[in-house]
Amino acid sequence: MLAVRNVTAGYGDFNALFDVSLEVRAGEAVAVIGPNGAGKTTLLRVISKIIEPQRGELTFDGTSLAPLRPHVVVSRGIAHVPENRRLFPRLTAEENLRMGAYTSRHQYAARLEEVYALFPRLKERRAQVAGTLSGGEQQMCAIARALMSRPKLLLLDEPSAGLAPVVVQSIFELVRRICAEGYTVLIVEQNIRQVLKVVERAYLLEAGRIVRSGSAAQLLAAPEIQKAYLGL
Amino acid sequence: MNYPLHLAILVLLWGYIYTSWSVMGRLGLVSFGHGAFMGIGAYTVVMLWNYYGISPWLGALAALAFSAVVALVIGYPCFRFRIVGHYFALVTLALSEVARLVITAWRDTTGGSLGATPLGALHEGASISLAAMQFSDKRIWLAIVAACWALGLWVWHRVDRSMARLALQAISEEEEAAASIGIHVTRAKLRITLISALMTCLGGVLYAQYQLYVNPDAVSGIAISLQMVFGVIAGGMFVMLGPTVGAGFTLLLAEGLRLAFGNRYPALDTTIYGVMLVLFIIYMPKGILGAALELWRRRPIGQTFRT
Amino acid sequence: MSDIFDIYLLEAVLNGLLLGGLFALLSLGLNLVFGVIDVVWICYAELIMCGMYGVYYLHVQYHWPLLLAMAASVGIVAFLGWLLHQVVIRPVLNAEPINQLLVTGGVLFFLQAAATLVFGIEFRNLGVTLPSVRLGEMSFSAARLVAFGAALGGVIALYLFLTRTYLGTAIRAISQDRAIMPLMGVDPARIFALTSALGGALAGLGACLLVLQYDVHPAIGLSFGPITFLICVLGGLGNMVGGFIAAFVFAQFIAVGGFFFAVEWGYVIAFVFFIAVMFWRPRGILGK
Repeated sequence: MLAVRNVTAGYGDFNALFDVSLEVRAGEAVAVIGPNGAGKTTLLRVISKIIEPQRGELTFDGTSLAPLRPHVVVSRGIAHVPENRRLFPRLTAEENLRMGAYTSRHQYAARLEEVYALFPRLKERRAQVAGTLSGGEQQMCAIARALMSRPKLLLLDEPSAGLAPVVVQSIFELVRRICAEGYTVLIVEQNIRQVLKVVERAYLLEAGRIVRSGSAAQLLAAPEIQKAYLGL
Repeated sequence: MNYPLHLAILVLLWGYIYTSWSVMGRLGLVSFGHGAFMGIGAYTVVMLWNYYGISPWLGALAALAFSAVVALVIGYPCFRFRIVGHYFALVTLALSEVARLVITAWRDTTGGSLGATPLGALHEGASISLAAMQFSDKRIWLAIVAACWALGLWVWHRVDRSMARLALQAISEEEEAAASIGIHVTRAKLRITLISALMTCLGGVLYAQYQLYVNPDAVSGIAISLQMVFGVIAGGMFVMLGPTVGAGFTLLLAEGLRLAFGNRYPALDTTIYGVMLVLFIIYMPKGILGAALELWRRRPIGQTFRT
Repeated sequence: MSDIFDIYLLEAVLNGLLLGGLFALLSLGLNLVFGVIDVVWICYAELIMCGMYGVYYLHVQYHWPLLLAMAASVGIVAFLGWLLHQVVIRPVLNAEPINQLLVTGGVLFFLQAAATLVFGIEFRNLGVTLPSVRLGEMSFSAARLVAFGAALGGVIALYLFLTRTYLGTAIRAISQDRAIMPLMGVDPARIFALTSALGGALAGLGACLLVLQYDVHPAIGLSFGPITFLICVLGGLGNMVGGFIAAFVFAQFIAVGGFFFAVEWGYVIAFVFFIAVMFWRPRGILGK
């Protein structure tokens, strides 16, 4: 479904990604893992066209993403949950969900009910101002907001960042459920142990390059990952 | 002979006034309120002369003192509470409007929006009245204004060179960092504001004495304040002669249009001026002289506004 | 004696209230544009002037019915707001805020001068006289009352638009986090364009209400432009609720100050009050 080929990208003179290639097939859950500063967030931003790649190709569902401007990407079926949630702080939870459905406003009401079915706790908090929600609730809301556009591909940027361990557990439970519902998901994470339990395949990104790829089980068992990232 | 002299005097006078504004403006303290200082200068000398017979030389001292007080009273809280950017511009705008409103409201004394004229002191064909600072010979005015203009450039140059400039540039880019290495932010800003205000006030004094007519809209208020800013922008804010070039440019534009179209199209010059300023900000924010110098030297001049 | 004194003071206070409503409407457009796009339209009052001339010419010269002339003028100024954004603001959208202020200042000069060229410097009166409304010993101009009513109506309509409609929610969202709007599928440029048109429309509405009470001439922007800015800053730039409150407070200073001293002194007092408040709350009463 998504093919990233030989992408080099960055910020002005700073390149953060070098010759990166990966792919995500329909229905899969794939992770990109790696340390802080490896370029994971940049990768997602390139896919949603917030950053233009300097070199390389991006194809989604057979068509190139190259000519698209950022706000068109959503209507093609790619929804991006940004780093740190980025909810609209003074809108209510429900208004945030409304914004997520902007490109498909006519189906808004129906879609809202579907999403609330997945996130019952969010429904309880629908009228609460987003800035006052707890960390875990905010993450739920941000994911729900992205799902409002009925995406074919969901991009998740470090969903566990800044959350207490207990909450992290429930977030990954949520992600597991979303994958089970059939969504195609690309997650970028620092929390390697947890994310490898949820996805089928993963890529290891270090200093802007893909250095390893394989099934989740393979990566979990790999000695260099165990030593460097799992503290074993 | 008189007309070119008159133009030259105006170019130098406005060049001096614009330079006074730019002393502050180029360091990120963009004030829309300098009309207040010019108004104080102009009206104080005229009122003191007309009502108390106080020579404009002394009246100028009073005006300078008054301007200093206003500059400090407004400047201190602004800088202490870090009022910058939009807010600073609008607070100073309020200041120039207060000045204009006070002058207009106090019409029994100042003549309100009809303006005021210094009482004539040139009787029986005399051409010089030193005490009244009135000279009918334009060459004397040219000398006075030229001296003032040169003084303004010198002050600009000194401020440019001094620690204050480095400090303020550091401040305008990184207030906290500058404060942490002991550069006393508020004091430095106040000093520059004071200098700029006093210079502008003097410009107001000269304007009143040369034109022998003042009115609140010409010397105070938002319109004249904006005009100063624009004159500097057009000429180039980061170059010493930039404001003077700006003054020359706007005056020549106005005169050129007047010669071409007579008085058939009043305000045509300001119309074109407005368009040009929009274009300047968009395409040539360094001004005529700034852009020309950059091209010639092939390296960047100063920096864009940082507040 | 003190009885009459009180009643005329009350009349001044109530007139201040009516004035406050009008100021509130005027400040809305400016605050909306700043809150969303982060730009102050220094030429805002000149846009209003254009609207006033629009009503005058359509009604007085071309004999359009008054309400139609007003509706058309609102449309004209909405278009001018949109045009201002596309032609003048967009190129400097990412420049320093002062450049944005200055570029709209250039437009201020241009509009004032162009109006002088095209319309001449004479004061033009709409020629519509509305009766005075008497309330006991006090009398109020019907024009003022109508303006107040329409202003409040405008405020309520804007509030409903911003909170109940999709587009309104998007406008509120973009003022809270501009960077992620593309992730919602929203092109920020379109929202900015729409907001500019809306700001223009609010200015146009203000123009209709002002032209009922005041003569129009090219420099009229200088009469209420600075006041509008100050009210917005007083309430916190970009904060519409703050601007609303500040409008009434400011108007009271003008009305009551003008009652005890002369009219212009009322303005002086109000402006000095503004400067004083800035020292107490530099970001405005409800500013961030």
